[in-house]
Amino acid sequence: MTPLAAILVRDMRLSVRVGGGALMGVLFFVTVVTLMPFALGPDLVLLKRIGPAILWLAALLASLLALDRLFAADHDDGSLDLILMGRMPLELVVAAKALAHWLTTGLPLIVAAPLIGLLLDLDAPAEGALVLTLIAGTPALTFIGLVGAAIAVTLRRGGLLLAVIVLPLTVPVLIFGVAAANAAVGGTVPFGTPFTVLCALSLASSAVGPFAAAAALRQEME
Amino acid sequence: MAIINLANPSRFLALATRTIPWLGGLTLLVFAFAINQAMSAPDDYQQGATVKIMFLHVPGAWLGMLGWLVMTVAALGTLVWRHPLADVVAKAAAPIGAAFTLMCLVTGSLWGRPMWGTYWVWDARLTSMLVLFLLYLGVIAVWRTVEDPSRAARAAAILALVGALDLPIIKFSVDWWNTLHQGSSIFRMGGPTIDPSILIPLLIMALAFTLLFATLLLAATRNEILRRRVRAMRLMQASAAA
Repeated sequence: MTPLAAILVRDMRLSVRVGGGALMGVLFFVTVVTLMPFALGPDLVLLKRIGPAILWLAALLASLLALDRLFAADHDDGSLDLILMGRMPLELVVAAKALAHWLTTGLPLIVAAPLIGLLLDLDAPAEGALVLTLIAGTPALTFIGLVGAAIAVTLRRGGLLLAVIVLPLTVPVLIFGVAAANAAVGGTVPFGTPFTVLCALSLASSAVGPFAAAAALRQEME
Repeated sequence: MAIINLANPSRFLALATRTIPWLGGLTLLVFAFAINQAMSAPDDYQQGATVKIMFLHVPGAWLGMLGWLVMTVAALGTLVWRHPLADVVAKAAAPIGAAFTLMCLVTGSLWGRPMWGTYWVWDARLTSMLVLFLLYLGVIAVWRTVEDPSRAARAAAILALVGALDLPIIKFSVDWWNTLHQGSSIFRMGGPTIDPSILIPLLIMALAFTLLFATLLLAATRNEILRRRVRAMRLMQASAAA
């Protein structure tokens, strides 16, 4: 097994075992969406209209949950020091950890989203568009959050700081994610326009994120 | 003086102590002239006297963005050249930039009330300024959370650089979002070209505020250096007593 695959498998194992946050993210996602009708009222027409927005917002918040442990757990048990001293380029290791994070927190959300969408009275085209936009958009959330996680790694109250610095940076992803999901069920803009931008955001952040996160880790751990 | 010489804090302090009174005096003079010009500028034929708010609002927006630019350049100084002054400038620039952004938001809000009938609209420009303000608060939070100043500097520098990459995207996406949702009622803040009778006082006012920005930045940088000296002396005192 190559070192990168080893890190990927290790991170995924850690997150699905006791103390890992993989399923906690989905639970949080479901809970947030369940709370919405209590705040907004059980009007299905309204919920159907703003359903994609609710699901996107809940996915954004849920993706933050496991982020603060992404590097902090490795920092606590010393494995981050080993990774830094190892021969693998730190950028690649960081990207592998991001991939593991997405597979364990992003992917379960995408699976759960259509089921929860049924409760918000989303119809089949809206469900399909929602799943497509989440597949295209959640990697951007992970890679943007990666930078915040690397900056906050050595802090005691890092989780709070992480949310404050990461959330404003995710504004474009939220805008284009919701726009694409809404465009599929009507509206003046074709689905492809916001969807392509969403893909571009994911690709760009996957190119920038690992380098920025690796730089932050090197600076922090000196 | 070459910029590398300013790496010596004593040299910078000497330069700052000499420069700040002159820069401050110049700022006061230009402000006196600019306020005079702004007050004697004619009222807008539609907006009446409320157009005067623009003389605070527009410089606030420009300098709010200039603050992030200063932080970005300082971030490169921190990460690439390890210039000691860059850390200090970056830390000093964040609250000043945030203050100008807040000034833009508050005056814009007060201007919006009589003109649009509401304090806030989720218009593209307003929203992107609000996000800029939130990003400033995030950078300030990093400075206040990390205890060791040089590590805080590097964390804040990376955030400033990522923010500098993301800010144009946020601006662009917010513009797009706005046109998608409210195509019929876009508020055009710039509107038609401004008449020279108002534009020239505006530019003088912007110059006055830019000088104020420079003075404040220089003074805040000096204060931060002094604050670090006090910290170092306290640490030395504590370790000598122990």
